[in-house]
Amino acid sequence: MKRIHVSKKDVEHVATLAHIELTEQEKTLFTEQFNDILEYFKKIDAIDTNGIEPTYHVLDLSNVSRTDETKPSLSTEEALMNAPKKEKKFLKAPRIV
Amino acid sequence: MQNLHELTAQETIKKIRNKETTAEESVQSVFDRINKFEGKVKAYVTLVEETALKKAKLIDRKISEGKTVGRLAGVPIAIKDAICTQGIPTTCSSRMLENFVPPYNAEVIERINQEDGIIIGKTNMDEFAMGSSTETSYFGPTHNPWNLSRVPGGSSGGSAACISSSEAILSLGTDTGGSIRCPASYCSIVGLKPTYGLVSRYGLIAYANSLEQIGPMAKNVYDCALFLSVIAGHDSKDSTSVNEAQKDYTKFVKDTVEGIKIGVPKEFFGEGTNQAIEKQVWKSIHKLEELGASYEETSLPTLEQSLATYYIIAMSEASSNLARFDGIRYGYRVDKDQGDWTTIYSQDRRIGFGAEVRRRIILGTYALSTGYYSKYYLKALKIRTLIRNNFEKAFKKFDVIIGPTMPFPPFKIGEKIEDPLALYMSDVDTVSANLAGLPAISIPCGFTNGLPIGMQILAPLLREDLILQVAYTFEHNTDFKNQKPSIE
Repeated sequence: MKRIHVSKKDVEHVATLAHIELTEQEKTLFTEQFNDILEYFKKIDAIDTNGIEPTYHVLDLSNVSRTDETKPSLSTEEALMNAPKKEKKFLKAPRIV
Repeated sequence: MQNLHELTAQETIKKIRNKETTAEESVQSVFDRINKFEGKVKAYVTLVEETALKKAKLIDRKISEGKTVGRLAGVPIAIKDAICTQGIPTTCSSRMLENFVPPYNAEVIERINQEDGIIIGKTNMDEFAMGSSTETSYFGPTHNPWNLSRVPGGSSGGSAACISSSEAILSLGTDTGGSIRCPASYCSIVGLKPTYGLVSRYGLIAYANSLEQIGPMAKNVYDCALFLSVIAGHDSKDSTSVNEAQKDYTKFVKDTVEGIKIGVPKEFFGEGTNQAIEKQVWKSIHKLEELGASYEETSLPTLEQSLATYYIIAMSEASSNLARFDGIRYGYRVDKDQGDWTTIYSQDRRIGFGAEVRRRIILGTYALSTGYYSKYYLKALKIRTLIRNNFEKAFKKFDVIIGPTMPFPPFKIGEKIEDPLALYMSDVDTVSANLAGLPAISIPCGFTNGLPIGMQILAPLLREDLILQVAYTFEHNTDFKNQKPSIE
């Protein structure tokens, strides 16, 4: 029998955290697919990782910064050209509070 | 006379410089080809014929005036639609970005422009590069020129198909877990994923930034090396760019594998590997032996875990990266003014993203959430360290590692799309190069029932020279590069 890793309720909860609305049908389908995928992910449990450092990325670079100088950047028009909703020189966002 | 669209980049540049032909004629020839076959192949999302021809005329004028021209002078180039092109729509094959027109160029585009390459269009891909078949594109699938009912591989499927169908002479792809090498293998072309950090990612729409690289796709190894020479090298606008000076990679394109030691990990021929592919890749390794290389079978035990490790990391990074698509600065926005931010944001993302993108964001969010972070994400990062260490050890003994690019031949469109896990299995041989940051190429090495087979060559960090040398020697001493599909 297949092990249940996530329930439909779990999927609903995580989708809310991810800010993605799902239809009822999708909730059922995704739950089933996620359980298959998470079952496959169990493969990693076979490896002992005690005392191993994580690799976030492969380069020996960290905190690359440049000197604090002003450089040319996008104009207001360019910055707004792809905004679906705007007003005057501003982006128009949905109500937050 | 050979048609201009059939030429390699090297031949095209030479003919244009010698005034045997013009950039305009070359671009026109490729567009004639596109007009004839694009309806069947569907490699492109956007074509820019007018601006391409205008650019070609400028280059032709420079040549007729005796001015110096760039290293890609007059070559028609296709760009994966995940790479920002100023003034040309860049959709990532997603409804989310259907109307997005970047106000700036990616660094790689600036470098192509500087060298007088001609951008002719943007190619179809799996939505946000999430897929291995180009079927998750919002605009519909691309078809494999070798067999139109089959997938071209993915996610850079359009960029591979257009080279194979002679609808472009060079193209750019991106590779997060195999997205250049998989379609290169399935379309019988050359595709290179460079060392992580060698090519600037500035202007690439991010999916999983610790894994992905932009890379060249071409008809042969020389063209691939030439294109790499243009796009590689340090860029201060990418904080993960390696401090590597620009160099001419074509000088590594030479016909010798004398003394080259090849490692062949048995895990690359694991359960589920198609027998014809296994046989053909071995035949190719023996060919390299005949040409002066030596090989030894070996084992990289952590390859067994690399697919799961890759997907956990890629999905986690995706969930964070794609949070930027909130429908405010750009992207899909539901047409309503009522309702709070959370509701509208969540609706934008349901409608704007396709099923596979939503699956990966939600699973990635899960892998990063309280209680599961150490079980999935952190654990995967630790295994990533072990995978790197194992490669490091192997490369003390071997110059290159060789195996198949894909475990099975191109499958039918629609065959696997309903089963995400089955589709993920396509990436089993390609993801480890991304986890370890290594350069890896796929080159044509045979056919099974008329469907292409690709051989994968991996090398240590920043040893693209070794890859190009071994790949060229194989290519030069076999005939696969001359085989072209008859599209019907």
